[in-house]
Amino acid sequence: MSLPSAIFFSKFNSFFDNSYEFSYNVTPLTMRKVKLLWNRIPDQLKRLLIPVILVIGLFIAMRHLFVPSDFGKYGHYRASAVEEVASKEIKYSGHRVCEECHDDIVEIKKNSYHRNVACEVCHGPAAAHTQDPEGNQLLAPTGRGYCPLCHEYLPSRPTGFPQIVSESHNPMRACISCHDPHDPKPPTVPKECEACHADIARAKALSHHVYLSCTQCHETPPEHKVRPREFRPKKPNNREFCGTCHSKDAPSPKEIPRVDMATHGERYMCWQCHYPHLPEVH
Amino acid sequence: MDKIDFKIKRREFFGKFFFVAVSVLFPGALKGKKDEKGHFVRNTLREVSWGMGIEIDKCIGCGRCADACKKENDVPPYPFFFRTWVERYIILEGGEVIVDSPNGGVNGFKPRAEERKIIKSFFVPKLCNHCDKPPCVQVCPVGATFKTNDGVILVDSKYCIGCRYCIQACPYGARFLHPETRTAEKCTFCYHRIVKGLVPVCVEVCPTQARIFGDTKGRASPLVRFMRMNKIRVLKPYLNTEPKVFYADLDMEVK
Repeated sequence: MSLPSAIFFSKFNSFFDNSYEFSYNVTPLTMRKVKLLWNRIPDQLKRLLIPVILVIGLFIAMRHLFVPSDFGKYGHYRASAVEEVASKEIKYSGHRVCEECHDDIVEIKKNSYHRNVACEVCHGPAAAHTQDPEGNQLLAPTGRGYCPLCHEYLPSRPTGFPQIVSESHNPMRACISCHDPHDPKPPTVPKECEACHADIARAKALSHHVYLSCTQCHETPPEHKVRPREFRPKKPNNREFCGTCHSKDAPSPKEIPRVDMATHGERYMCWQCHYPHLPEVH
Repeated sequence: MDKIDFKIKRREFFGKFFFVAVSVLFPGALKGKKDEKGHFVRNTLREVSWGMGIEIDKCIGCGRCADACKKENDVPPYPFFFRTWVERYIILEGGEVIVDSPNGGVNGFKPRAEERKIIKSFFVPKLCNHCDKPPCVQVCPVGATFKTNDGVILVDSKYCIGCRYCIQACPYGARFLHPETRTAEKCTFCYHRIVKGLVPVCVEVCPTQARIFGDTKGRASPLVRFMRMNKIRVLKPYLNTEPKVFYADLDMEVK
């Protein structure tokens, strides 16, 4: 204990010792204690106390005035802000609301390729229409501009997703003149594989395999053209298949590159190194 | 001998016991209820943490999500304000990566003429990741952005002072300053829709179901199944922000 504080406490002790005899009367004694303590505080500190109390008071008043009453109810934020964000108006009502009235379209869409495409993708936000069906009619795009947003050929799109090149695909005709958007089916079954597998067709067009038909390697059930995901084409599954053209003793034209099937590539399958739709040339 | 370490506290045990007892006696009490405004209110006994799954192999880059988001949330119609947007990644021979997002994908994508061969290309939808440890909430000096108790990061536009600290702090570039209100704006997981039992509008309009929305802590939901059946990646995992937007089939090039 440092020296000044030791003196302070020793004074206190003597103070308590002296007051022991008056302990039967508590209230005047406490007042006396406070008075004695107050007299011990230097005058300059007492004067300083006034601005300190003012600042604290001002802080409490300002806090009361400026901090919203619900701030900090759940965390370091205004509790009513959650309700404000949540009370925003809904503009897309969701397909369930549409289906309550348009059950004829539901019936058409039920088994179509577009069954998982929500109504509002093409028809736009429908909340206003659900409130006032007559006053707020919804439109659907009818030109050639909208469908290509999904169906124009882009190399970035996943393989197998139906895509067209709109410049060459029946130019000037509206998409809906041949395809029903609620049950889109090709008006005629595509003759060539490239109608759907455009990216593979493009790669093959540049390759040495350009004159091979798809079915030479992929045995394809005819149903694949109508229900492509349920009836899948076959793929070669052994080295000997490629060997029918590329082995040393294959009965194929002479210009075709040959490999010794026994030593070339060892235990690997051919397509683990060579991409069959665009084989490398060395 | 050591004391037996009880993994469950007494209070927690009684709470859960009561919950099970009620659920056995009154199964209807477990379902969510509707409050006086017709808002769907979940039972508070189980914690909810909303999240989104995005399947890259299903995204066709039509940009309907970005378009619908702008309409639903009144996002300014200029080409540099987005709550969600779609990026196109093109990886060329030699490893060069081209990333573009013309108008956030709102008008779709046009084919690009590349001189070199494209090795692979795909679309990546992006939005606020609703991080479990959000850097944007940490830096807000006034408490105007916050994490709700169901894990969604929201902005209190009445309380925001427009200092833009949060825009700088977001590692995913998901925030912007609204040009009229001059306050920070971002994706809210369509909070006004999910509290009423709907899904966010980008999930509603996605024609290929590339986006899946749900409760990450739910037992059986499309999102939980998606997370179990796919190899999941999040963006910038090294920042420990613990995003709640989960990507499947995401390429290493995506930053």
